[in-house]
Amino acid sequence: MSAVAASPARRKRQLWRWWPLAIVAAVALAAILAPWLAPYDPNAQNLAGRLKPPGTVSRSFHYWLGSDELGRDLLSRIIHGARVSLIVAFASVILSGTVGTTLGMIAGYRRGWIEVAVMRVVDVFLSIPAVLLAIITVAVLGPSLVNVVLVLALTRWPRYARVAYSQTLSIATMPYVRLAALMGAGAPRVLFRHLLPNIIGAVSVVATLEFGLMVLFEAGLSFLGLGVQPPTASWGAMLSTGRNYVATAWWVATLPGLCLFVLVLAVNLTGDAVRDRLDPRFR
Amino acid sequence: MQGFLLRRAGQALATIIGVVTLIFFVQRLTGDPTYLLVPETATKADVDALRHVMGFDRPLLIQYLDFLADLARFDLGQSVVQRVPVMTIIASRLPYTLMLAAGALLVACGIGVPVGILLAIFRDKPVAKLAAGFVLAAQSMPTFWSGILMILVFSVLLGWLPPSSTGDLSHLVMPSFALGLLSMATFARITRSALLDELSKDYARTARSRGVRTGRLLVRHIARNASIPLITVAALEISNLLAGAVIVETVFAWPGIGQVTVQAILARDFMIVQGVVLMGAFVTVALNLVSDLLYSLVDPRIVLDGGR
Repeated sequence: MSAVAASPARRKRQLWRWWPLAIVAAVALAAILAPWLAPYDPNAQNLAGRLKPPGTVSRSFHYWLGSDELGRDLLSRIIHGARVSLIVAFASVILSGTVGTTLGMIAGYRRGWIEVAVMRVVDVFLSIPAVLLAIITVAVLGPSLVNVVLVLALTRWPRYARVAYSQTLSIATMPYVRLAALMGAGAPRVLFRHLLPNIIGAVSVVATLEFGLMVLFEAGLSFLGLGVQPPTASWGAMLSTGRNYVATAWWVATLPGLCLFVLVLAVNLTGDAVRDRLDPRFR
Repeated sequence: MQGFLLRRAGQALATIIGVVTLIFFVQRLTGDPTYLLVPETATKADVDALRHVMGFDRPLLIQYLDFLADLARFDLGQSVVQRVPVMTIIASRLPYTLMLAAGALLVACGIGVPVGILLAIFRDKPVAKLAAGFVLAAQSMPTFWSGILMILVFSVLLGWLPPSSTGDLSHLVMPSFALGLLSMATFARITRSALLDELSKDYARTARSRGVRTGRLLVRHIARNASIPLITVAALEISNLLAGAVIVETVFAWPGIGQVTVQAILARDFMIVQGVVLMGAFVTVALNLVSDLLYSLVDPRIVLDGGR
């Protein structure tokens, strides 16, 4: 059933399903406007105001969400931390999605030895737990924002390759694709003009679900000290230090974690809506 | 059946060789792996000496074959910091991680499967919507945050459970839940879709029309058919649990392989990190093989069909 044919009531219901996107958009906006939104410099220390509970005023600081172990304003750090989460998630999804989709399409269209080679490599990558592969790669390359993106792209592209491959297999045999090739269209033209528009829906579904996972992965790597390095604010790193003060200052670990949870939940709900909209099996 | 077994074992071996090759190249991403093995204070002479001792100055192909030969003898090398074989270190910590993974799997199946049944049977009822919300929340919860929240509530505020380290079974409760919650969501989703799939089939509808009650229908008619996707998921989830243990063990100071890995990263003890990753990959490949074999036990048709 297409959205055009839907009744007004159904259309309204469908529109309602997109409310989580508003949360994602709000976090994205906060990340973009961080320098103007954050009340203080996220790295400004105030040792007299260490581990103050939410609502405390200390010197020139008003800690709406409390302060951390160096007296830095938690609210400002959370707002700036959103930048790291979203930059890493966006960049790694786009990078792994582009690489994976391209390789998967080529494998499915060209067949032969390219297909065997690409899909065997995909199998190998998928048989190493992604977290472990990410850990060893960061251990080799050294932790930094760019390396985290590269590592996540390296570990996640096989997911897209698999989907693009199976979708291409079923579409490449269709008459219009054959005709295009017969009429002299080269492989790149067939792939990107004729195949890509037909598989982009399935790839987008994977991408939205992966996006939430990438936010969690970045936070996990930062939590282990393998992500963005201090003093740059990252939710995972904030949780990691906050863990040491959980008995005395609950807010340091709890609040960044809550942001992480809400963002990932909103992304996953959006992913469900995208899947229902784009994946014909769920319509 | 023998042909099926041989073919599957051959595929697993090919994958393992692929994994080893991948790790070999990851190790050389920066060009010279010697720098991964020396402390930051090492002089150039130290680096040169170690490079020669480790054989990193030999041709790449020789190094690769040497790497394969060592692994074939189950030799994962030696910890640079502790001067102990990596295998010994992993073996001493493995029981703790297995214990944790078992606890987590118990939580994941014990909650996930019933929730999945609930989702399938009461499809659009409020109780199913509530359960669906629970599953989605569990899926979006970072393990390190749920772990910290549990410590805050059950250890700090209520004082019911010990916050960290090992001891009696009560030490295992919170880590198991923290690690198991994410897999729980997966089990619930797969159980739901497997049940819905089977419930819509002719044999299930026939049984229903003959007046078979839902409980009996599930146990006697559907359970075996619906268990096939669950077996795959269980195999995949066990390897996810082993990987997830890295974070959960850090949160709860649980002395398993994950904790060793994180300590090794901080101490720049690369051989341990590499050993753990290789072991994780081997376990994953082995579990996939086992799940394939289990399939053929549950559903004989898979072998008769040629087993693809």
